[in-house]
Amino acid sequence: MKSPSPASINILSALGLALAATLAVLFFAGAPPLTTLTVLFGGGLNSTASLLKTFSSFIPLFLCATALLATYAAGLWNIGVEGQITLGAVFAAGFLRLPDPGSFPPALALILALTAAFAGGALWALLAGALRVYGRVHEIFSGLGLNFAATGVTLWLILGPWKRAGMASLSGTEPLPEAFRLPGFAGKPASMAGLVLAVAAFALVVWLLRRTTWGLKLAAVRQNLKAARLMGLSPGRRMLQAMALCGGLAGLAGGLLVTGLYHRLIPSISGNFGYTAILAVLMVSLAPSFVPVACFFFAVLLAGAVQLPMALELDSSLSGVIQGVLVLAFLAAGRMGIGGKLGGKLGGKPGGRLEGRLTGDTT
Amino acid sequence: MDVLAATLAAVLFAGAPLALAALGETLSERAGVINLSVDGTILFSAMTAFVVAQGTGDAWTGMLGGALAGAFVAGVLALVGLWLRAPILAVGFILTLLCRDLAYFLGHAHARQPGPDLGVWTIPVVSDIPFLGTVIGRQSPVVFLSIVAMVAASFFLRRTRAGLHLRAAGESPKAAFARGIPVERLKVLYCLVGGAFSGLAGAAYSLGVKPGWGHPQGAEGAGWIALAIVIFGGWRPSRVVLGAYFFALIQVMGIHLQDFLPGLSSTLFQIAPFPVMILTLLFINIRRSGRFRDAVQQIPLLGRLAGKPPVGAPGALAGVLDQDAA
Repeated sequence: MKSPSPASINILSALGLALAATLAVLFFAGAPPLTTLTVLFGGGLNSTASLLKTFSSFIPLFLCATALLATYAAGLWNIGVEGQITLGAVFAAGFLRLPDPGSFPPALALILALTAAFAGGALWALLAGALRVYGRVHEIFSGLGLNFAATGVTLWLILGPWKRAGMASLSGTEPLPEAFRLPGFAGKPASMAGLVLAVAAFALVVWLLRRTTWGLKLAAVRQNLKAARLMGLSPGRRMLQAMALCGGLAGLAGGLLVTGLYHRLIPSISGNFGYTAILAVLMVSLAPSFVPVACFFFAVLLAGAVQLPMALELDSSLSGVIQGVLVLAFLAAGRMGIGGKLGGKLGGKPGGRLEGRLTGDTT
Repeated sequence: MDVLAATLAAVLFAGAPLALAALGETLSERAGVINLSVDGTILFSAMTAFVVAQGTGDAWTGMLGGALAGAFVAGVLALVGLWLRAPILAVGFILTLLCRDLAYFLGHAHARQPGPDLGVWTIPVVSDIPFLGTVIGRQSPVVFLSIVAMVAASFFLRRTRAGLHLRAAGESPKAAFARGIPVERLKVLYCLVGGAFSGLAGAAYSLGVKPGWGHPQGAEGAGWIALAIVIFGGWRPSRVVLGAYFFALIQVMGIHLQDFLPGLSSTLFQIAPFPVMILTLLFINIRRSGRFRDAVQQIPLLGRLAGKPPVGAPGALAGVLDQDAA
């Protein structure tokens, strides 16, 4: 028998830690632990219909996580993904109001709408990027502020200029004409085109970051801003490019939500996918090859959580709790270096002690 | 005159939780710890405070519960971010999302139920004075709590030995360590204290400013405003509290404007503070930049805008949240 590798010990201990914390939370809420977990995991996997539901959240989640790889590569904390999704959705929905559905070729309209969505997300991200590069406003604040601003824009459009004929209602704008909807499979609105786009975007981003000079420059900007500036890599421009790419992909996710899932613009269309994507990317500590796995896992949780209020009278936010606990557990297990691998690499064992001394750890 | 007094009273009331949260964050950032979990902490402790107050029937026990809940979240941050040395911004951000969802999940059974609140304190003599009586004579206890907290934090940081140690730990950890100050222990301590302040802020919402618990509670995003206020106020308690009142004024104005502009949705006024938050950060960052100061110093009247030499972040945090971008 071969002893398990250090990495797998880390993963197992993280999962164990997360499970223990989740059980503690369920205990506090007075929820039956086993039934709750069965509903949570089964609700996203146990039938074709629920698998399709899982896929319809997997697509935007995966696109946003892919998008985040670009900004993390440049050392940027883009938490404005929510707003970028929303603006993409607004641009797509706005574009599809223009042409006459009877005469305009639907395929062209959809392609143009998704392009508009990309542009909308990219613009919103560039706003945050410009505030950081030219205005020295940290992207955490601008991103977050712009998320709320994007919500305001959607609400204003839904209740004002784009309201449904007759009455303005929070249920959203007038549904898109049939011709302007992305075809779904098995009659369910989970579009194949969206999945293909998400996978293609993932391949493109990983290639850009791993195999191109541009990716290398981003890494230089992340690791040492000052050195990158002295080397003439114009870090400001690299940051803006990374933001635009990230925002564009998030906007694309928003466009797909409009054309492929909701078929109209609704309030809070971003549905927390932007924040969940941040958690997914952090859980696998930015390792691209694990990003699809994490996103799929989180999508299963999201689809399962929708069933909780009906089945057990519990709030669906449990999925968010488990996601957060998991990410924290992975961070903690990685730092504890139970398996030795990460701990050794980052100087957790002897080096860490020494470092602790230097920064004032007297214990 | 009555309108002005009523507005001032409303600003003091709405700004109290913001001031408490921002003061807590000021203390922990001055000690060198950035706690991004404030927003989630406020919601989690608002829920805890309401549930405890409902269970015991006493709002002040609820306040204590809120403070402990806030310190607990800060304890997780200290454990993972300080002791295990995971990236602290990431841990704070994860905690903010986690605590928000945790609050909604655990508070689900207690949503939209009646419960105790802190009520109003009437100050005997002051409440009879015409103008002042309206502003401060009859106010919620959270208003007095926030003012006491500001004075105490200001005095503590400037005039006490422990406050000096705190500032030393945040300003220059290595020098402080060499001087025999237990830097790491102080960071953990003030991280917990800051968390407890955020917890009080959450309790001030659910037991005072926006009584009760629901989904949404009405305090969403307040923590982020508090974080921005700390930068806006240059990490000084008195200015930080002024910043909190500035944002409270925007909220109060929003409610007033709603009467004049009924066509605009109330939700739009709720999001108004966030664009303002970005603009104020932009304004103070430009004002603190060297290029702007050089430019305006030549011009007679504008030269005053440059003010005194810039107050920056505590040394250990320089460039983290108010960085020199490329």
